Amino acid sequence: MTTGKIGMAEALRAAMRLAMRQDPSIFLLGEDIGISGGFGGGFTVTLGLSEEFGHERVMDTPISEIAIIGAAVGAALVGMRPIAEMQYGDFVFCAMDQVVNQAAKMHYMSNGQVSVPMVLRLPVGATARGAQHGQCTETFFMHTPGLKVVCPSNPYDAKGLFLAAIRDNNPVVFLEHKKLYGAKGGRREKAALDIAAEVPEEEYEVPLGKVAVRREGTDITIMANMLMVHYALAAADELNREGISAEVIDVRCLAPLDMDTLATSSKKTSRVLIVEEDNLTCGWGAEVAARLGENAFYYLDKPIVRIAAPDCPLPCSPALEEAYVPNAEQIVREARRLVL
Amino acid sequence: MLLEMFRRMTLIRRFEDHLHSLFLQGLVPGTLHQCQGQEAVAVGVCSALRSDDVIFSTHRPVGHVIAKGSSLRRIAAELWGKAGGCAGGKGGQMHLVDPSVGAFPSNAIVGANIPIACGAALGFKLRGVDRIAVSFFGDGAANIGAFHEGLNLAAVKDAPVIFVCENNLYAASTHISHAMRISSIAERAASYGIPGFSIDGMDVAAVYDSAVKAAERARSRNGPTLLEYMTFRYAGHSRGDPGGYRTVEELQRWRARDPVRKCRELLAQHFKVEEAEMVRIENKCQEEVEDAVEFARTSPEPARETCTEHVYAPRVVQP
Repeated sequence: MTTGKIGMAEALRAAMRLAMRQDPSIFLLGEDIGISGGFGGGFTVTLGLSEEFGHERVMDTPISEIAIIGAAVGAALVGMRPIAEMQYGDFVFCAMDQVVNQAAKMHYMSNGQVSVPMVLRLPVGATARGAQHGQCTETFFMHTPGLKVVCPSNPYDAKGLFLAAIRDNNPVVFLEHKKLYGAKGGRREKAALDIAAEVPEEEYEVPLGKVAVRREGTDITIMANMLMVHYALAAADELNREGISAEVIDVRCLAPLDMDTLATSSKKTSRVLIVEEDNLTCGWGAEVAARLGENAFYYLDKPIVRIAAPDCPLPCSPALEEAYVPNAEQIVREARRLVL
Repeated sequence: MLLEMFRRMTLIRRFEDHLHSLFLQGLVPGTLHQCQGQEAVAVGVCSALRSDDVIFSTHRPVGHVIAKGSSLRRIAAELWGKAGGCAGGKGGQMHLVDPSVGAFPSNAIVGANIPIACGAALGFKLRGVDRIAVSFFGDGAANIGAFHEGLNLAAVKDAPVIFVCENNLYAASTHISHAMRISSIAERAASYGIPGFSIDGMDVAAVYDSAVKAAERARSRNGPTLLEYMTFRYAGHSRGDPGGYRTVEELQRWRARDPVRKCRELLAQHFKVEEAEMVRIENKCQEEVEDAVEFARTSPEPARETCTEHVYAPRVVQP
């Protein structure tokens, strides 16, 4: 059985519903997530869940990011599996201590005697809201041992990765791109992509720590995550018309990082283009490029190229946002330059 | 009960004093944040808890985890960074842990354990069990954002948690009068709509009585309580702090109300406990302390390969 075509918001909701029915230790906490007559979090992901599971398990909190994540850590320590939501991913910086010093380090500091099984949901991505409501924040967490970092690009993965994340025994930072939530409904984003897809109704997991080859090719490997995967696939179509065969890899999990698949593809195509939405410096692409430099250098015909946002805060004006967020034309241009 | 509290306070005092003397001889690696003078708070509060209740301590955790019943040998070995330590040397003096007695990793980020304790309490509430959580923190933590967020969330959710503020008047070297305009941290409870009490933290019986009431309130689902205990740390903030920001007179004034001696006097005068019995307890504590330090010093160093162990927890839930 499949669901009919749904976007990522509905897929995530389906995953939560399924997981919560199976496991009474799972609960949600965040701002505006379960208020009756409200909107199910900033982007409708939790809409309707408080009706089924009640306001104790779909726990609305004050505007208190430290308390949301801190309480999730505490509940996880005593055997619960909390799903904590930041209304916008940028707000997590209010509570970085709880993520980096607390959630990530408890298992280690206790020499493995306690663990923190929780999911921290971060809606990310530039959507004409400006510098404090649209940053892609994955790299901050990728740098922190003890955290897992997941960033799906489509509804099928969103559901399967979420189920794997909530059953993992570690804090998992789960990034959700706002332009991929869905192209329909009252809270849809302008310029949202229509990526609705059939998703199995039943139980399945997409394992953490594996990237996915979305399109096979022989001339160049394009690595991207979240929204950029779709731009990379559009670019690959265009490149194909020009006779360039691009392999597109969806880097849907940054920690653990599946370097085996990334290196294998790089060795096959000998050219690597990395596309990410956040600022260039110390982005995840820098880490991937460094590791490829260490273990695939002699297989590469060209220097590795990164496309990323420039090193400035995210501007608000749609015209400026266009200048900030990488796009398919840029990907085509850089790929062409690498191959030809 | 009081005799057992006396024993635990004595154990903490003897351990801390012994550590101090070893530290001065250069025999303690790493840092030390000592709690002499504050024993009544740790012991009075933990004596009001059940063994399955949980505590979240601070960078000054030795008293709390001893009071909760943890192994002195494993605490000592952790201070020495040894394999036999309660965290195999990964935690250190500020991160003592013993889940078997409900002591979660103590926290070296001031105030960070406040929302965490709130969350543990919410976890108990959601699971429908009547366990409770305690967060220990100092007067300094009452000025950090996590204090506000944690107390407020606990209040609106009726979380079964007790917030225990050990007000020793100094946040490191900064006197409380430089850090807040109010004289009592307990007053802040009113702004969250929860009860708050300021209590003599040098009197273990008063600490115990107030903690019992707060524990009953939490356990019966009536919500959190803020307990402020007025106390004093005799030592500096940490190693290498001689406490030059305090006067000798101030220290003497507090020492005159020493919680361990006060408890001893109470036992002798009101409960007619014989001197010999108390000396026996004190000697036993001293032996235990020396045994623990010996265990620590002779425990093997952790193997180098354990450095990168326990970064991630193995999965336990099957699909």
